[in-house]
Amino acid sequence: MSEAVDVKTLQINGHEVSALRGQTILQVARENDIDIPTLCHLDGLSDVGACRLCLVEIKGSNKLLPACVATVYEGMEVTTDTERLQKHRKTILELLFAERNHICSVCVSNGHCELQSLAQQEGVTHVRFPYRNPELTVDASHERFTVDHNRCVLCTRCVRVCAEVEGAHVWDVMGRGINSTIITDLNDNWGESSCTRCGKCVQVCPTGALFDKSKIGSDHPKYPDFLPYLNEMREAQ
Amino acid sequence: MTIEELEQIAKSVALENAKYDYEVNVCLDLACASQGADKLREALVAAADASGKKVLVRRTGCMGPCSSGPLVRVDPDETLYRHVSNTNADAIVASLGGAPVAELQCDLNEHFDLQTRVVLENAGHIDPEKIDDYISRDGYKALLTALAEMTPNGVVHRITESGLRGRGGGGYPTGLKWGTVAKAGGDLKYVVCNGDEGDPGAFMDRSVMEGDPHRVIEGMAIAAYAVGASKGFIYVRAEYPVAVARLTSALRDARRPGLLGSNISGTTFNFDIEIRLGAGAFVCGEETALIASIEGRRGTPKPRPPYPAVSGLWGKPTLINNVETYANIAPIVRNGGKWFAGMGSERSKGTKVFALTGKITNTGLVEVPMGIKLREIIEVIGGGVPGGHTFKAVQTGGPSGGCIPAELLDLGVSYDALLAAGSIMGSGGMIVMDDTSCMVNVAKFFIEFCMTESCGKCIPCRAGTAQMHTLLTRICEGSATMDDLELLEELCSTVKEASLCGLGQTAPNPVLSTLKYFRNEYIEHILHQRCPAGVCKIETPVADQPAVEVLA
Amino acid sequence: MSKLKLATVWLDGCSGCHMSFLDMDERLLEVAELVDVVYSPIVDTKEFPDHVDIALVEGAVASVDDEKKIKRIRAHSKLLVAMGDCAVAGNVPSMRNPIGPEAILNRAYIENASAQQQIPCVVVPKLLKVVRPIHEFVKVDVFLPGCPPSADTFHSALVALVTGSPLDVSALTRFGA
Repeated sequence: MSEAVDVKTLQINGHEVSALRGQTILQVARENDIDIPTLCHLDGLSDVGACRLCLVEIKGSNKLLPACVATVYEGMEVTTDTERLQKHRKTILELLFAERNHICSVCVSNGHCELQSLAQQEGVTHVRFPYRNPELTVDASHERFTVDHNRCVLCTRCVRVCAEVEGAHVWDVMGRGINSTIITDLNDNWGESSCTRCGKCVQVCPTGALFDKSKIGSDHPKYPDFLPYLNEMREAQ
Repeated sequence: MTIEELEQIAKSVALENAKYDYEVNVCLDLACASQGADKLREALVAAADASGKKVLVRRTGCMGPCSSGPLVRVDPDETLYRHVSNTNADAIVASLGGAPVAELQCDLNEHFDLQTRVVLENAGHIDPEKIDDYISRDGYKALLTALAEMTPNGVVHRITESGLRGRGGGGYPTGLKWGTVAKAGGDLKYVVCNGDEGDPGAFMDRSVMEGDPHRVIEGMAIAAYAVGASKGFIYVRAEYPVAVARLTSALRDARRPGLLGSNISGTTFNFDIEIRLGAGAFVCGEETALIASIEGRRGTPKPRPPYPAVSGLWGKPTLINNVETYANIAPIVRNGGKWFAGMGSERSKGTKVFALTGKITNTGLVEVPMGIKLREIIEVIGGGVPGGHTFKAVQTGGPSGGCIPAELLDLGVSYDALLAAGSIMGSGGMIVMDDTSCMVNVAKFFIEFCMTESCGKCIPCRAGTAQMHTLLTRICEGSATMDDLELLEELCSTVKEASLCGLGQTAPNPVLSTLKYFRNEYIEHILHQRCPAGVCKIETPVADQPAVEVLA
Repeated sequence: MSKLKLATVWLDGCSGCHMSFLDMDERLLEVAELVDVVYSPIVDTKEFPDHVDIALVEGAVASVDDEKKIKRIRAHSKLLVAMGDCAVAGNVPSMRNPIGPEAILNRAYIENASAQQQIPCVVVPKLLKVVRPIHEFVKVDVFLPGCPPSADTFHSALVALVTGSPLDVSALTRFGA
């Protein structure tokens, strides 16, 4: 006997929607064209619930849940756009802008940056927190790519795509707290690391932290959409 | 090993002890040891040998009032001596059988009278490196009784009945947690002991692990039997080398008679424990980060659910409790849930160990029944604030907790009352502050702690605590504005509500609670560039000098 | 009703915002119907007037002189608008912050100078240790990010501010736009 399809009915922002058991709130919301902002989430990668932009409110609970990892249940009532959530999202984005040196006007990703778009979308017109202006490095030792730590938001998409999809696990995170930084191998130069030069990390990077040297000075959109397709094809095999 | 064999061992220990007329117990816990208790013990042994009296000199774990150390207790008279040095050894031995050495005698009756010792019942009475000492005080009886007479469900029921709540800080009902793990499917489950005690000023768990390691092991074994686990881990921070050594030797001693290992006490129950060392990250006390660390990965938390009880170590159902929680298990199994539930307050049962530190006369370890008033702990047990200063606040719960002001001292200590007051029970650190403490500076200290201990995974905690620190530094330096204060409060709400794990979610508590009770101190710093306690060095603003006209 | 008094100010920026402002082209005539430009790099007035209705400030605060100016501007303006990324966020001028002003001056006036190697110290104002956006010094009423904000943005924003109609900045512009 095949297992019956387990369907859950829930409400998102007052709309009745249906979902399969095990689906995340984010999946269901996007299937129904309800927008929830995300930064660390990327279709095709595992979720870490780290950026906290996708937090949503659940009726009956005071705790905010990350939509990217929280799964649906029958009768759940989700709200994605309350004033409280908007306030937190704005604050989180401001914290990111103040954390490192994000100078949009001189960035390769200007116009194609997820952080920039999120700020506009959430109505961040200025940053109330003092800029931290840390002194960070740029590693251009790789023949094709560059990492500019000034623009990194530590979403760890590069770490995940390298470990989970490419299977190389060249990227990882070093240090703690505000001093966390992404590294290649054991903090070696990217150019001297075990990098396979596949470039997936560059494509999934939401900002201009990872970029293709040959694209400097030109429009530099990124194409992370290959991931779900790649995963699907791999599963089909 | 059977219960009869245990009793046999207990009897032989009693016989051995009966050979001596006097027992001289020397506290060799860190505080006493650092003041020369080692030498003192040697001197006492030498003096006892020379005197020809039948004296047993025993080293023990923490006796409690650390600030009075090195401590020596002479039994059967229960005479307690304080500040004993090796030069006093002869006098103490000479006094045996006669009047005690008056000038060394320690009058802390009030200090001990208000305490109830469950977790610390053996502390000061047994040699932590002797399993027989532990057995002679009903050690491992609870485990063998449970194996022989109780079903796993029965054990869970007894713990539920006791009303015990997690002693690591959160206060989650222990029985409920055990029941969840017991019900979880799968044949491989784990039991983990969280000994990653990292709160500034807290040393309860260290004292238990160092002073009575078998109690933790027994508690874990009972838990494993109750939930159906066969493998345990004790996660101890590497900064506790003595605890690691004591636990290691205790594990070895427990394996030898078959109290750990396969077919324990002739049953089908198998259980063994490994020790894992923490590498100094405070966040690894958070259970999902702790799991990652044991698995050998970077110690960062994960969103819950799934809870470890369902998917923990290597994806298997895992029971994680704190050291003190496990230390409560054996007495509960021995004496029954009702006995335990008879102590404490309505929703917080039993006793709680606190590490009293800061501006207080009797710093050290105390164990009190839940529901006791903070005033009793601080003024009676703790002996009040020394040096003619006045009490200002007590900080409970470490960096996750808050400051409780003098006007709330009549609060009964329980999970809920402390939470309502803007603090938490936490693992049991209690830092007393007097009028020489600047509350803004205190808040800044704790935020700095959280900032450096943040794992960096989620943005609110990583960048938020750093910004909070910047704003608090401005306030302490007298360069902040009222807008900065407003921003700080708003930031507190985001860090609290949006952070991924407990570290970030509770990091603003020291700021919020000091703002709640000591807002005037913040205002003084901001509006009048003045630190009421005189702690913050605020440079008086240089009068605006006429700027040299420059061509722009 | 008399026309509102508009001032535009140029602190540490590249003047690109003013260029973009002028890019309003024929719409400048329309703006001129609404406001009087009482102070600006493009008019002759040397002193910031005592009574200004709307002040558009381009550039970050980078020197003691900038700091003095922004405080005077705030004190004498009803509505202070941070114009462009430098004023709003520090932008390019703030890129010196991680390394400090000494290193910058050294590189510019000593290491890279072929003659008369010396850091200017008379005539030019002293640099602040860090370049900061203007809202870290004074209260700002409206933020118009962009590098530079487009002429359309200026037009829509000015019309809204003068007529008092609602202004949704995020719909018009963003950082780096």
